[in-house]
Amino acid sequence: MVGKTRPYLTRYNSPTPLFFPLCVLCVSVVRLKNSSLKEDYHMTNLIQQLRRRTPLGWLQLSREKSRLLVAISGIAFADVLIFMQLGFQSALYDSNTRLHRSLEADIILISPQARNWQGLSTFSRRRLYQAEDIAGVKSADPMYVNIINWKNPETRDQRQVQVIGFDPDRPAFNLPEVNQQLDKLKLPDTVLFDRGARGEYKEVITQVEQGKSVTTEIERRTVTVGGLFKVGASFGADGSLITSDQNFLRLFPKREAASVSLGLIRVEPGYDPKQVAAALKSHLSDDVRVLTKEEFINFEVNWWQSNSPIGFIFNLGVAMGFVVGVIIVYQVLSTDVNAHMKEYATFKAMGYRNIYLLGVVFEEAIILALLGFIPGSLLPLGLYRLTRNATNLPLYMTMARAVTVLIMTIIMCTISGAIATRKLQSADPADMF
Amino acid sequence: MQTLINSEPVISIQNLDHYFGKGQLRKQVLFDINLEINAGEIIIMTGPSGSGKTTLLTLVGGLRSAQSGSLKILGRELCGASPEKLTQARRHHGYIFQAHNLHNSLTALQNVRMGLELHWEISPEEMQSRSAKMLEHVGLGNRLNYYPDDLSGGQKQRVAIARALVSNPKIVLADEPTAALDKKSGRDVVDLMQRLAKEQGCTILLVTHDNRILDIADRIVYMEDGRLANNPNVAVANG
Repeated sequence: MVGKTRPYLTRYNSPTPLFFPLCVLCVSVVRLKNSSLKEDYHMTNLIQQLRRRTPLGWLQLSREKSRLLVAISGIAFADVLIFMQLGFQSALYDSNTRLHRSLEADIILISPQARNWQGLSTFSRRRLYQAEDIAGVKSADPMYVNIINWKNPETRDQRQVQVIGFDPDRPAFNLPEVNQQLDKLKLPDTVLFDRGARGEYKEVITQVEQGKSVTTEIERRTVTVGGLFKVGASFGADGSLITSDQNFLRLFPKREAASVSLGLIRVEPGYDPKQVAAALKSHLSDDVRVLTKEEFINFEVNWWQSNSPIGFIFNLGVAMGFVVGVIIVYQVLSTDVNAHMKEYATFKAMGYRNIYLLGVVFEEAIILALLGFIPGSLLPLGLYRLTRNATNLPLYMTMARAVTVLIMTIIMCTISGAIATRKLQSADPADMF
Repeated sequence: MQTLINSEPVISIQNLDHYFGKGQLRKQVLFDINLEINAGEIIIMTGPSGSGKTTLLTLVGGLRSAQSGSLKILGRELCGASPEKLTQARRHHGYIFQAHNLHNSLTALQNVRMGLELHWEISPEEMQSRSAKMLEHVGLGNRLNYYPDDLSGGQKQRVAIARALVSNPKIVLADEPTAALDKKSGRDVVDLMQRLAKEQGCTILLVTHDNRILDIADRIVYMEDGRLANNPNVAVANG
């Protein structure tokens, strides 16, 4: 008994730290609805009202520990689902623009037929020469990109990689690792290999690092892996090879030097790339598209967002996580409402309004949202790491995503709460006698 | 008690009829009820099951809307009142139910405190001290932080009484408060109600079948088939 009877004041003066902001939230919602009934509440002493209010929702939840645990794990599960889907989605966009970002160029020329990096199509090299006529253009260089099957040097399995070719005398990437090894590219049939590629390349990487030469086969040509760089895998390509334009044309005998995939334009210092791009647009004919580097990155992201089913699939995944969350929270809240029907009817008999009981349910909903969000946002940190190690996808937690998911969780729980409160109307105090 | 009895009765019922159901199923359950209860009176209403006692109690308590006649509680006409008006009226009553109806997630003290939270003029500190004092009053001063599950039936009913009386209501409505209790607990509970009612000067309307507690009543009204017989002898004789 001694253990149980704490001094009665402590129970009220030390509510959970979480509880206070919660109450502000849910009571202010109630307050909005109730503003016409002025005699009860005044906005000015809201804090005082909160202090006197028994935190019924919290007490109900915390009394039923197992129910609370089920609810929290349900919400956490939904949040993990949503986090993973959103994470994959942004990793898709990030990983597919890593190469774009590392291009050593201010303005990029592409074919109007280009869809994305893996489907760039080609345009005439003459446009690059024409571009050099424009004031402010420092240089205009071609780049060749294509997908090819190569034999994994380790397992001898066929794997798809993208091959990027450019003139080694004119560095095309702002990747120090690549620029230090440009000399190697001048050797015939020599490539640099992306150490971030997806697949079983561990041994290849160690061998190359140790200075041993690794050879493999592409389209019946023997190719030497002369060095390494790091960009990482993307959804579109498991890995990349960088080589010289000459080597590229040897690997793809059907490609011509005059049909280029990308034009890299560097702008003279003191010129605004946007203005130069505008000048290029009016100067060049319609068979080439002029984009600033920023626009080129967005071009890639837009393509994946709208033209591939991947964006839709991940959004669907998010929606499913959301629905799972709504259902779980609804189950928990409606069970709780049912279990307390008698007490609620008693409160109504005592003169409490329906809106007070609605407030209790929403209080529970928001407490659940916040409590569920804690494990729901910590678990993905580990899962992101796991996925990063397994796939080399740039999967990181961002503040913006965490806030988005938190807001989604609160909306999710509020929807569940709104459905669960329908039963409250049937708590009839007249049945109590 | 004498000082509290004045010209205005706290409960004044005139020509009250009440019906359940609609259309063809409409059935009259209360017939021409006339009853005046003065401040400080303890009225016991008794009669067979289904005679309409509880219906009358819910009408007086503002839990149901009165349909025809006049039902004045504390000077307020509740016949045809809006739900909002009924809710307001309920705040001036204390209710004691057959089952204790305590909230099992709240301690005894928190349950009692719920009876005060609707009265906005009372500060949190005062709510706290009044609730604790009330529980001491009903003999549960050492059980303040017990949950209902850890209390006996009689103790729970005493918490319920404390909850009903903590806001000093003018009217207390009780429906079979001793039905779930053994003889001694039941006696303790009604004695307690009587004592507190006299101290606070509140009026009690109590519905019961329990003959053992009739002696606390100032007046006994007997109800049969929806009609009131204002004769204590009838009630006692029938009991």
